[in-house]
Amino acid sequence: MVDRWFSVRRWLALMLKEFIQMRRDRMTFSMMISVPLMQLALFGFAVNSDPKHLPTAIIDADHGPFSRAVISALEVSGYYRIEAPNVSEQEADRLLSAGSVQFIISFPPDFSRRVARGERPPLLVEADATDPAATSNALGSLSAIIAAALDRDLRGPLAVLKPADQPVSLTLHRRYNPEGVTQYNVVPGLIGVVLSSTMVIMTAMAVTRERERGTMEALLVTPIRPLEMMLGKITPYILIGLVQIAIILLAARLLFTIPLRGDLLLLMVCCLVFIGTNLAIGFIFSIMARTQLQAMQMASSFLMPSILLSGFMFPYRGMPGWAQGLGEVLPLTHFLRIVRGIVLKGNGLPDISHDLLALGVLWLGIALLSLRLYRKTLD
Amino acid sequence: MSMAISVSGLTKRFGERVVVNDLSLNVPAGQIMGFLGPNGSGKTTTLRMLCGLLTPDGGQGRCLGHDIRTEAAAIKRQVGYMTQKFSLYEDLSIQENLAFFARVHGLPKVGVLVRETLERLGLWSRRSQLAAHLSGGWKQRLALAACILHRPRLLLLDEPTAGVDPQARRDFWAELHRLAADGLTVLVSTHYMDEAERCHGIAYLAYGTLLTCGTVDQVVASSGLTTTRASGPPEALARLHQALHGLAGVEMVAPFGRALHVGSSDAQALGAALAPFRHTPDIVWSDDPPSLEDAFIHLMAGVTRTQGQGQGQGQAGAEHG
Repeated sequence: MVDRWFSVRRWLALMLKEFIQMRRDRMTFSMMISVPLMQLALFGFAVNSDPKHLPTAIIDADHGPFSRAVISALEVSGYYRIEAPNVSEQEADRLLSAGSVQFIISFPPDFSRRVARGERPPLLVEADATDPAATSNALGSLSAIIAAALDRDLRGPLAVLKPADQPVSLTLHRRYNPEGVTQYNVVPGLIGVVLSSTMVIMTAMAVTRERERGTMEALLVTPIRPLEMMLGKITPYILIGLVQIAIILLAARLLFTIPLRGDLLLLMVCCLVFIGTNLAIGFIFSIMARTQLQAMQMASSFLMPSILLSGFMFPYRGMPGWAQGLGEVLPLTHFLRIVRGIVLKGNGLPDISHDLLALGVLWLGIALLSLRLYRKTLD
Repeated sequence: MSMAISVSGLTKRFGERVVVNDLSLNVPAGQIMGFLGPNGSGKTTTLRMLCGLLTPDGGQGRCLGHDIRTEAAAIKRQVGYMTQKFSLYEDLSIQENLAFFARVHGLPKVGVLVRETLERLGLWSRRSQLAAHLSGGWKQRLALAACILHRPRLLLLDEPTAGVDPQARRDFWAELHRLAADGLTVLVSTHYMDEAERCHGIAYLAYGTLLTCGTVDQVVASSGLTTTRASGPPEALARLHQALHGLAGVEMVAPFGRALHVGSSDAQALGAALAPFRHTPDIVWSDDPPSLEDAFIHLMAGVTRTQGQGQGQGQAGAEHG
């Protein structure tokens, strides 16, 4: 028989073998089916770069007809949701700093009277501009919304007051990021993404590698206990994580001139909690996966929604409720709020306490689960 | 004599499949016990149950005086277990591997201990070589050294010399006998008959059931096999083999180079069956006692006859499960 340069039978034989192996590895097979579905749901439904219903606090020293008209017009526009209808300046500041509201709108005393007199009173709008993408559309439509609202009310005898230009003098404060630099938002967030991907992938491989190479059996007959095993496997990666944080923070300072407004020590403590949570997740994948390939697949199927739903890539408030709910159980979501809060807003412990608590609870739950799943025997 | 291993009724199932069935085994302290049986007969599973890696589904027993069900941790501390597959870290050096296992066992003076071990093995000059680059024979000796660092009282070895050359195997066994002389008990699984004959006692396992247990002579005698040896030129032997195969009264015909081993559990029937061939030209007959291998193959054929071929085939490969 001649040895042809391409044999269809040899090609088919290899192809058939690949299909058989693919079918045997159920884990990989189900991943190949579920990953496109997951991406479809995330990109198709969850991701929205035009966030609406952004929480807003109002400081209303006027309580006049025109301030009420502006407030209701803001709500009707769909961009603003009045979360705190009438708060003190201090309270509003606290809400903005903690990330509970995206905007503060302050009406001066006599706002309505001065509008009626055509004095163009000042209207102060402060935005949390850490994520410029989250606020840009809402801010862009602001002057049109206000003009339309007042325009409707300046009728009849007051129609003469309708000025040729704006009825109010609008002042915009982009807090925490006055120039609206995207890097301000992305670079600190990268700490979270880089830590998460390294920690989860490395630990997921760590135990699986022992199993795949056959060294697990030798380890299991030693007196090593599950907790020692877990800590021994993950501590080296904690140190690597700390090095990564240092690199990103230095780059943020030197390359992107992003200030570190908050306390470095607090940031480090939060990073450690976040690292711990991710390592515990990686450890669970490591226990469940039979091969390193499976561990890798599990890790990436966790990382993708983390990056998309946490508010790293797209504004968190732009997502529908179910996606925000999913985002709440992802450690990265809480960590991003913490790290942006500390780096950009100079947040202290009280501002970030609820996100730190959420991280801690996630960590504890996942760590307990992983210790429960770890088996000392081969059954 | 005190027993290092004393188990009874040991049973393990993987799903529907019974891998070890009602196994009872006693190994006296300080003895080297050979653990034999075809592939998939449950040897590895039994070893894993003895050192606490697998939980038995039935049966009870003690290993070094500790209950195998409830005191796995205490057993693990005093047992050295060498896996079938090389289980040291290939990406660590020889020295690093030994140091790791010494530390994990909480041994004092790790540096000194590792140096002594490597010097005894003659590996000190190659201490920084990666374990992956060792030859098969050295890998086994290093794995054995790692198993006995913590001075266990019982060694469980799972086919430690598979694929190792005769000289390395002989060295390995010399080491085992030295250890046994110091009071260590060894349970070693193997497929090599010459290794089985180096053991103080042997246990033969087939399809999860212990068939026989005792010294080599006892096992051969217990098989109840009578054998005859026919020698001659290859063509004549081939013809004879064909003629004898399946003949009534002949239970076993196995070629061994320029000889055939012919055997049966019924000596009289064998004599009658062979009578017509006694004067075949070129063939010389001699009444040799059965070898250990003859005895084992005969024993296994006995199980296959009673249990049925189907079940036997179904359990092949269970060892790696």
